Amino acid sequence: MKHEITLKINGQSVSAEVDSRLLLVHFIREHLSMTGTHIGCDTSNCGACTVLLDGKSIKSCTYLAVRADGAEITTIEGLAAEGTNHPIQQGFHDQHGLHCGFCTPGMIMRSVELLKNNPNPTEEEIRWGISGNLCRCTGYNNIVKAIQQAAGEMQKEKQTAV
Amino acid sequence: MFKCKTSAEVGGMGHSVKRKEDARFLHGKGKYVDDVKLPGMLHMVMVRSPYAYAKITNINKDSALAVPGVLAVITGQDLAQYNLHWMPTLLSDTQMVLPTDTVMHQNQEVCAIIATDRYAAADGADAIEIEYEPMAAIVDPFKSLDKDAPLLRPDKEGQKDNHIYHWERGNREKTDAAIAKADVVVSERIYLPRIHVASIETCGCVASYDKDTQKLLVYLTTQAPHAIRTVVALVAGHVGLSEEKIRIISPDIGGGFGGKVPVYPAYVVAIAATFLIGKPVKWIEDRSENLTNGFARDYHMDCTLAASKDGKIQAFKVKTLADHGYTDSSANPSKYPTGMFSICTGSYDYADAFAELDAVYTNKAPGGVAYRCSFRVTEAVHAIERMVDKLAHKLNMDPAMLRLQNFIKKEQFPYASPLGWSYDSGDYEATLKKAMEMVGYDDFKKEQAEKRKQGKLMGIGISTFTEVVGAGPSKDFDILGIAMFDSAEIRVHPTGKALARFGTKSQGQGHETTYAQILAEELGIPYSDIEIEEGDTDTAPYGLGTYASRSTPTAGAAAAIAARKLRDKGKKIAAYLLEVSEEDIEWEVGKYFVKGAPEKSKTIQDVVFAAYTNIPPGMEPGFEATHYYDPPNLTFPNGAYICVVEVDKETGSIDVRRFVAIDDCGNVINPMIVEGQVHGGLTQGIAPAMYEAIEYDDEGNVLNGTLMDYLVPTAVESPHWETGHTVTPSPHHPLGAKGVAESPTVGAPPAIANAIIDALSPLGIEHLDIPITPAKVWEAIQAHS
Repeated sequence: MKHEITLKINGQSVSAEVDSRLLLVHFIREHLSMTGTHIGCDTSNCGACTVLLDGKSIKSCTYLAVRADGAEITTIEGLAAEGTNHPIQQGFHDQHGLHCGFCTPGMIMRSVELLKNNPNPTEEEIRWGISGNLCRCTGYNNIVKAIQQAAGEMQKEKQTAV
Repeated sequence: MFKCKTSAEVGGMGHSVKRKEDARFLHGKGKYVDDVKLPGMLHMVMVRSPYAYAKITNINKDSALAVPGVLAVITGQDLAQYNLHWMPTLLSDTQMVLPTDTVMHQNQEVCAIIATDRYAAADGADAIEIEYEPMAAIVDPFKSLDKDAPLLRPDKEGQKDNHIYHWERGNREKTDAAIAKADVVVSERIYLPRIHVASIETCGCVASYDKDTQKLLVYLTTQAPHAIRTVVALVAGHVGLSEEKIRIISPDIGGGFGGKVPVYPAYVVAIAATFLIGKPVKWIEDRSENLTNGFARDYHMDCTLAASKDGKIQAFKVKTLADHGYTDSSANPSKYPTGMFSICTGSYDYADAFAELDAVYTNKAPGGVAYRCSFRVTEAVHAIERMVDKLAHKLNMDPAMLRLQNFIKKEQFPYASPLGWSYDSGDYEATLKKAMEMVGYDDFKKEQAEKRKQGKLMGIGISTFTEVVGAGPSKDFDILGIAMFDSAEIRVHPTGKALARFGTKSQGQGHETTYAQILAEELGIPYSDIEIEEGDTDTAPYGLGTYASRSTPTAGAAAAIAARKLRDKGKKIAAYLLEVSEEDIEWEVGKYFVKGAPEKSKTIQDVVFAAYTNIPPGMEPGFEATHYYDPPNLTFPNGAYICVVEVDKETGSIDVRRFVAIDDCGNVINPMIVEGQVHGGLTQGIAPAMYEAIEYDDEGNVLNGTLMDYLVPTAVESPHWETGHTVTPSPHHPLGAKGVAESPTVGAPPAIANAIIDALSPLGIEHLDIPITPAKVWEAIQAHS
């Protein structure tokens, strides 16, 4: 069965006719050709498919596209203006928080919500906060450092803004 | 320590420059195989066997073909018409592409569904009707050798039982004699279970055959694109696929760890499908397919270590049973069926050793993936490092002191090991002492004594390992006959910027940065002015790929030597430009100058420009060089790891309090990247030590084939790693470098196992096999109290 959905993705409004069973991650990757959101498992364990939906990080591999009707989605492609880095992206670069890059978009999108809810997390809070996302390359030390750096930068930005 | 020769701007060796490849990954613009979309592309899904061992009595394609969007069903019978239903493995065995009559392990590929999209293909896989006649599976490799065990591979000519091969190295008689007369002998059966690399990107391909040009293009998750091209040409040459018409592109790879070296059956089916249909075919493995195929480890090792009563190690013997599943598909060098297992004598100086191994068939997935280790080094290191600890326990000696007493001394290098290796360099004593100092070994020993008085379980575990990485030399090492060298090709453009291509393939190791740093070191051209390309067989020079920590030892060396060829050419050009003889020219990073008159100089950029614009008479124009490097020996990275744990007596839970890793990988190209590699490898070391193993029931069903059940460590299970270095350059590598990324995967498991077993030793527990889970600890505590 087909459904008409309309949603906003990275600030752009899109409408499409989709099957009831179409997964959001396939809608994003294959219908919209935005391939920064990845698929690493089929059980919601790895988090490579994490995107923001109405500001909350969700695993788009276990979310139906029809359910996203009316929602506002941000993927890794929409996190910062072209050619610039969000402080979390900058943190991952500066602290060598990525190797193969496959988990990176999901890890970063998850970190956005983590720092929104807890702007100044401890190492332990960061580790628990990203425990729904698997990385097989980095051993996590530098991902933790990347998020710590971003937290510092974002705090500074906030203070400057005030 | 290594002193940088270049400025931070040039960014040669020793500089922690940030990675050049990061931007595309950070912005979601990496290009992985599943991101490839070609016009008219079809999707393929594999239908897999629910049984571990069964006859296929019928495949009814009709119900699948009736599904809207399903275009074709490909079976073993279909492939048999083209003689493509079997393929050779890299070690002279054979593997089914698709079965014609029998399935040999659970989740084996049975047939393929081709459809217009992945949902339709999955529907087709659901709809197809296959009838099986299940048979009693052989799961236990020891039972596989029983006289009345059914013959699993009657297809193999001359195969009378389930034994694949016997291998041995060393002197059995001398070793037995040394053990017989030793004061102290310790023995243990040590099992390293099946595990999976579980890279976050699974395997996959997009195969596209153009019937007009007869060119086959395959985007493939492969660590060794050139080798795969040659294999495809050899396997499918008879149907008209010729090597110059085959292009393999290994795009961005989402982690490899050895799991992307083998040729998986679905690759071959996708290639056959595009060849027959003439449209691109995409296959992307799902996670369960990934976890239930292509294993690593699975060695049962009976170990014996002998010593004098004052703790001098005298002899080591190990007899191994290797479970290869239904075929030996190890991706090893062909003369090394057990890989580099003979490194099992370790970092210690003694004369007598003997290792033997028997490999058997069972009804399990084929594999023998060299999972982040240089072909069975993990198994070897676990064996010797566990046994040294067991010996220390038996002698009531401090395991650190026992190791220090037995280490090969730094002046003994190059050291001829009892099983035939020539260790290139090391300073094991300095490395262990550094680790002990960094962790605060003596303080922990005191704390442990206190805790033990209180009945608390605290353990300190050490592993002081030696690795063997960087195959060739080509006289000894080949894959299917192809010599194991590697290559670099450098093109410096007239404006002094460069493009360099390699036969290796990064899967996250950061080659786009580190190779540029090697060239910056050698040529003085800033690393930021050098583009690095790998992975496209139409453009890159031939190489054997990236695995077994071989990229720096082989292709890194090739880069240095190719750059030195260019530097020699540049010297001639500089002499011409400065109007002096070549002998009067000297080089310092980035600059040629006249001896005794340093103000008369030409930069590398001046010289390169002249190579295109003002060429010395008689000289070949241009500034390009290629080198194929055949290493004279392997490199032997080593390290000392110390782990401190506390175990909860009531629950069996294990808290890793500290983990210190000191690595010696010779001269370091990029310390930031090396440290990152060590961190990652350590997490892949704690994984098998405490969490991961592929489990089977008696019928051969995989019990944990999803990431819900197969426990890949998260940031919570992964400790805060502490790292450090000693530097003993490799004497034969042009840069003094060694491989590094596999050391932590190899070195960490025994350090963790030794720590947990040390914690439990007051209860009388002497050994536990990995993974040492809380449940296993709890059961051991119950059994010993």
